[in-house]
Amino acid sequence: MLTKDGAIAANRFGLGARPRDGRSLGGDPKGWLEAQLDAPHAPPPSGPPESARVLAEVRDLRVARQIAVQARANLERPPEQPSTTPPSPGIDEQAIREFGTFVREHYAAQTAQRHKLAIETDTPFVERLVHFWSNHFAVSADKQPVAPIVGLYEQEAIRPHVTGNFYDLLLAAERHPAMIVYLDNQTSMGPSSQAATFVRRSRGRDLGLNENLGREILELHTLGVDGGYTQADVTELAKVLTGWSIGGTLGEGRPLLARFGGDPGAPGEFHFRAAMHEPGDKTILGQRYRERGVGEGEEALRALALHPKTASHLAAKLARHFVADDPPPALVERLARVYLDSEGELTNVYRALLDANESWREPLAKFKTPHDFAISAYRLLDAAPENLQPVTAFLTQAGQRPYTPGSPAGWPDIAASWNGGDALLKRIEFATAAGRRVGDRIDPATRAGEVLGALGEHTTMSIRGAESGAQAFALLLSSPEFQRR
Amino acid sequence: MATRRSVLAASATLTLLAPFARLAAAQSNPDSRFMLVILRGGLDGLAAVPPYAEPAYAQLRGSLALPAPGTANGALDLDGTFALHPALSNLHAMYRAREALVLHAAATPYRERSHFDAQNVLEAGGTTPSAGGGGWLNRALAALDSAGQSRGAVALADSVPLVLRGELAVTSWAPSQLPETDDDTLARVRRLYEAADPALADSLNRALEARELAGDAADTGMGGRGGQAIAPLASAAARFLASADGPRIAVLDAGGWDTHANQGAEQGPLALRLRALDSGLQMLKTELGAHWSETTVVVVTEFGRTVAVNGTRGTDHGTAGCAFVVGGAVAGGRVVADWPGLAPRDLHEGRDLRATTDLRALFKSVLHERFGVTEAALARAVFPASDSVEPLAGVTATV
Repeated sequence: MLTKDGAIAANRFGLGARPRDGRSLGGDPKGWLEAQLDAPHAPPPSGPPESARVLAEVRDLRVARQIAVQARANLERPPEQPSTTPPSPGIDEQAIREFGTFVREHYAAQTAQRHKLAIETDTPFVERLVHFWSNHFAVSADKQPVAPIVGLYEQEAIRPHVTGNFYDLLLAAERHPAMIVYLDNQTSMGPSSQAATFVRRSRGRDLGLNENLGREILELHTLGVDGGYTQADVTELAKVLTGWSIGGTLGEGRPLLARFGGDPGAPGEFHFRAAMHEPGDKTILGQRYRERGVGEGEEALRALALHPKTASHLAAKLARHFVADDPPPALVERLARVYLDSEGELTNVYRALLDANESWREPLAKFKTPHDFAISAYRLLDAAPENLQPVTAFLTQAGQRPYTPGSPAGWPDIAASWNGGDALLKRIEFATAAGRRVGDRIDPATRAGEVLGALGEHTTMSIRGAESGAQAFALLLSSPEFQRR
Repeated sequence: MATRRSVLAASATLTLLAPFARLAAAQSNPDSRFMLVILRGGLDGLAAVPPYAEPAYAQLRGSLALPAPGTANGALDLDGTFALHPALSNLHAMYRAREALVLHAAATPYRERSHFDAQNVLEAGGTTPSAGGGGWLNRALAALDSAGQSRGAVALADSVPLVLRGELAVTSWAPSQLPETDDDTLARVRRLYEAADPALADSLNRALEARELAGDAADTGMGGRGGQAIAPLASAAARFLASADGPRIAVLDAGGWDTHANQGAEQGPLALRLRALDSGLQMLKTELGAHWSETTVVVVTEFGRTVAVNGTRGTDHGTAGCAFVVGGAVAGGRVVADWPGLAPRDLHEGRDLRATTDLRALFKSVLHERFGVTEAALARAVFPASDSVEPLAGVTATV
């Protein structure tokens, strides 16, 4: 039988206990969590990132599809409205299909990989931190071409840094092509940059800033919405970040960019395009940044990472995720202080969180997200299914399709966003289906003790009175003890 | 350069809002239906409702400017000044049938540019983002409830959005593709929650009622996400609103309007989204049948977008935009706008369409005219400290 602290460690800080986890938790649940922070983690992959290869391929397919779609449009166009593009010999229907298939298959493989790892990991605390930071630096598969690299983004930019320094995590996230594409920075140009000046003179078109990335860095990734920055700070940061782009050609129809900067960069990898960078000094939050190309952005991100508002913002989010929807202010202050004292060393903050009495006081204070619920159900079964597509299907139904948070703010982290009517019913349907598969092969009362510890009397009675093993199992997964962490 | 309003003042059909006559004394009609559609992400009001007669429009919008009415794929004329995006053809037909009213240069009181705070202000009903207190539509329900007139509400969304959260419990519904739980197991889960976890019990009971009402819509299997799936949600909404014992108020959530890059003009991603909205509204009208005449649908977004095209052929977060009021109960066929103009000095902070109408004035009007919520309740409980925001008069045909 799991102890109260053991259940909190495995379910609140981890991703849900497996029946055998009681042994490794032993008498020291906190030590079990701390050991996960010390365990060696995957170093950042060396060599060109996998996402670069996928992005380059997806770009080729996309161009082929564009040509095919254009050819189809030309055929359908009435003759009196001649097309501006030359007629195409035929329509490559294959190209249109291939792009979609490629995107879907990569997305499916990467989400399946994520589920499998979450269900099977022996370091679930670290895995939860990966999910937490991936959601903090949210990108969405709803935007093309993010979908086929969304899981690779998590592997390449987030995972290597979750137990490191926040600045490294921040820099890796903002530089990753998934983020650059998601927040539209790849074609953002300084209004006075060489590239914008050329376009204005030669084509009479005004190209310029896109402030999306700059705004979300301030609002969501660092200072927080009450961080005291202004519209001018947003614009200045956007200028600092001009040129933060992706290597290779930018797709069909933008050859002019190739005219500048000589080196087009490695296809699909982060590339600083100096010709698009706004020249001159910039000022953010009263701090002047001298013109120095890509280094300017790194300097600005470092200053933002060490800002007291960032400390408070991150501390509040961590405390909300691990302790309560309305986290105790004293705890938030404590975590923020540790963050500042250690200059953004995340493991120091996690240790302070584990040391806090508040973390261990209220069992079941957090309502699981659909993702938490599904992953913990499979961990309770201690088996990752051969086919992980149903996990994604369930999450889609429950309003949390993997990597599609709907906004750069990421998925919400409070009960009110997840316990509304229909989504709860879908969890019960999931529980029923799981019960039917399990039948009477697992004794629910024993399994409950192994993964949840002592149950409340109502749940115990409900499980005991079930008419079948399948129903008892459905009741266990539906119980308040399993819906919360 | 044209001054504020001068360009459009000549247009006889332009209805200026202020100052307003007092509201007609309204009383509740038990058959009134109301649906709020929230377009999340910030709909570009100048794309949905282009002010094509404004000389600056085509120039400022450049490649995003829509072809003028009467030309190929052109915008659909409303009143000689404003037009609708060509993807909104059903809405245009409703406008001509006087069942649609178009509001422009409207916004919440929020003047920053965060989606999340802007949606918070839109839904919470205050003037600044707030943490607690729930949403204005929940508080309006509470006012109706204390008068014994509430029939509850439903959210067509995976979970209940802020505007409907609060003291009064409401439910949500979205299509399910999971196998059904048998009645006996469901009854046991319900008893367990009632004994051990009242919050989950409430949530489950509301979900079960909603399922019952959704009926056949649950079997259409038209699961979907984001803004593409508006029509099936609208169809489900019609079922709820048409049901004899069902709710009279619904909220439909439709994301996908944040068009920072390559948003397109008469074709393109934004045009597809608008077409999905247009089909959804038509679906609602068709499926509500006779109840359409009692219905008011309000379509809003958290903010408009920049007047100028950005560096990536899209538009960034702005201030004022458009809203639609649609339904058989609407006094439609009009564009309602105190038009601020697009000249540089007319713009908010030199970049955004200036807000001249507070969206709360629209919400107040519908709640007052169609549901008889008193002006006092609107000014204090529903929209706190909003005495200065006069309801728009005559948005609907009062009951």
